Amino acid sequence: MSEGTSTERPTRAQHPSGGTFDFITGPWQRLPERVRAWAPLAIVLTVAVLYPYMVDDLKSFTTIGDFFPALDSAVYILVFTMMALGLNIVVGYSGLLDLGYVAFYAAGAYTAGWLASGQFQQVSFHFGSVGIQRDTEGIHVSVWLVLLIAGSFTAIVGILIGLPTLRLRGDYLAIVTLGFGEIIPQVVRNGDSFGGFNVTNGTFGINPIDSPGFGSTLNDSVGLPVNFQQSFDKFRLFYWGILVLILITVFCSWRLRDSRLGRAWIAIREDETAAAAMGIPLMRTKTWAYAIGAFFGGVAGAYYASFKSGAFPSDFYFNISVFLLCMVILGGMGSIWGVLAGGIILSWLNIQGLAVLGDKFNDATGRNFEIAKYQFGIYGTIIVLMMLFRPTGLIPERRHKRELEEGVHDETFFDVSH
Amino acid sequence: MAVEEVLVVERLRKEFGGLIAVNDVDFTVPRGSIVSLIGPNGAGKTTFFNMLTGMYPATSGRIVFEGTDVTEKPPHAITALGVGRTFQNIRLFQQMTALENVLVGMHARLNGGILTSILGTPGVRREERNAHARARELLQFSGLRGRDDELARNLPYGDQRRLEVARALATNPKLLLLDEPTAGMNPQETAAFTGFVDKLRSEEKLTVLLIEHDMRVVMGISDRVTVLDYGEKIAEGTPHEVQTDERVIEAYLGRGAA
Repeated sequence: MSEGTSTERPTRAQHPSGGTFDFITGPWQRLPERVRAWAPLAIVLTVAVLYPYMVDDLKSFTTIGDFFPALDSAVYILVFTMMALGLNIVVGYSGLLDLGYVAFYAAGAYTAGWLASGQFQQVSFHFGSVGIQRDTEGIHVSVWLVLLIAGSFTAIVGILIGLPTLRLRGDYLAIVTLGFGEIIPQVVRNGDSFGGFNVTNGTFGINPIDSPGFGSTLNDSVGLPVNFQQSFDKFRLFYWGILVLILITVFCSWRLRDSRLGRAWIAIREDETAAAAMGIPLMRTKTWAYAIGAFFGGVAGAYYASFKSGAFPSDFYFNISVFLLCMVILGGMGSIWGVLAGGIILSWLNIQGLAVLGDKFNDATGRNFEIAKYQFGIYGTIIVLMMLFRPTGLIPERRHKRELEEGVHDETFFDVSH
Repeated sequence: MAVEEVLVVERLRKEFGGLIAVNDVDFTVPRGSIVSLIGPNGAGKTTFFNMLTGMYPATSGRIVFEGTDVTEKPPHAITALGVGRTFQNIRLFQQMTALENVLVGMHARLNGGILTSILGTPGVRREERNAHARARELLQFSGLRGRDDELARNLPYGDQRRLEVARALATNPKLLLLDEPTAGMNPQETAAFTGFVDKLRSEEKLTVLLIEHDMRVVMGISDRVTVLDYGEKIAEGTPHEVQTDERVIEAYLGRGAA
């Protein structure tokens, strides 16, 4: 039987590190392995940390200066990139197509609204809050703690959504998550009278929301800012704050990917039936993917709500779920570097890039073309072009399941409900 | 109490709508034996396997493994109890390396949790080191030395079959179910594989249940052979007894051949 011995042989064993930056050849290849593995991270990190000091100079360049995001835009970009990293755990690692990730963003933002604002006037509870009068109404918990609580609460929401939906596969899962992505914003929009009790303040949303900070004790002793929002440097502080959160997210994504749980996620993505036969409990493992993905979405949502000092139902529309999914697909599903790149590029285009490009185009041609109006057409075109020419993403994961090329999924082989 | 029978199946039945795929089959596997399950295509062999491993719920009947009733248990729990399996059509994790495939097989034997993995505690590091060492051993034992870092999809067919077995062994089974392991192998590969299965029993003290079409393999290594036809057990016994059984010859060659 000649088909028995396949002649297909790999040209070269894939190496776990490196690879990503192979295109810079020559001198780069002669550097020691260790340097090559860490240099990109060190360079990116240095630039990212120092960006607030450089941004004014960078923006003063002619022509290209306009392309650099101001610090408040940079916070937006990083918040959405962090959500994309969270979604990457669900979609990229575990292969669970989630079209309702915006629900987690909303859950995080509203947790911040409940625990760090004057929303619940009936009580006055303060715990570690900074820069707020002691007798202010409402619940005011330290925003650092709120981030953690928001993440945990959102993880629980993720589990609650996951329990009924994760029994489904492929397209069906996508459709049901889409439903949940619509339900949660509707609930918050109409949540101003749950049995006469105002939970979400309806369409008006919750604002103002407290800001993170270190309080006067730490300010006096080591000079850390009392409160970000009231600080002269507020954008810098919020920028560095989200940078730290992104780093934590990247670290966790990386450690989880190489862990027992991460291997189980990827195994489920590759072949659910075989994964179950290898002793992986499907429901539990998938639910963990949902919970952890949701956790980062919740933290990012709470942080952004604190930055904007408000949570409004109009922020949580379906497009955001698709937008985040586009970031993951553009960057490369399952690839941490890829999703970072995809997230930064798309959210930059969204908040600034398209408008600037449109202006440049109009200046050059003398037209009056509002390019920002066509944003979703443009993103759609980008995704279509990516699928045609680079379906594995900008920076592909070493092993990439070509789910979107191959179509969807094997049949349900056994009942996963038990 | 050391149970002499690793696996006891009582009146196991599976219906798909009106079709009876497995019809009240009684079946036992003695400890340390190699038992083969044979029968024409569509006889219900793989369906039988899928019920043993919890992938299909049985319509009726009982499956007892090592004294535990596993009839209602989900696949991962049955694997955790000590039943490893391979698949008829290879189901490796294609985009994972050979080593990672084996590591996935160890899932139920490892304890690394979420927080401990993120923090990289000494316990988790040690466990991962040991798991990697054990996985390399298993790959070597299965004849895949030096293939550790190759993606499963890039392995030659015979090696993919071996990797499936290595992955099943990683679950640390007491009973190993092999579903047509030599399908698509050439005679040399088949001979090598037969030797390998024999080694599993002698060196790893495994009990093996085998679905196989290649009669040289079946007659060469089996202690006992069970024959299924249209979901019913039509014969059982030593290879020689089964070979001369009239109903078996009829099932394979048709009426009149006997």
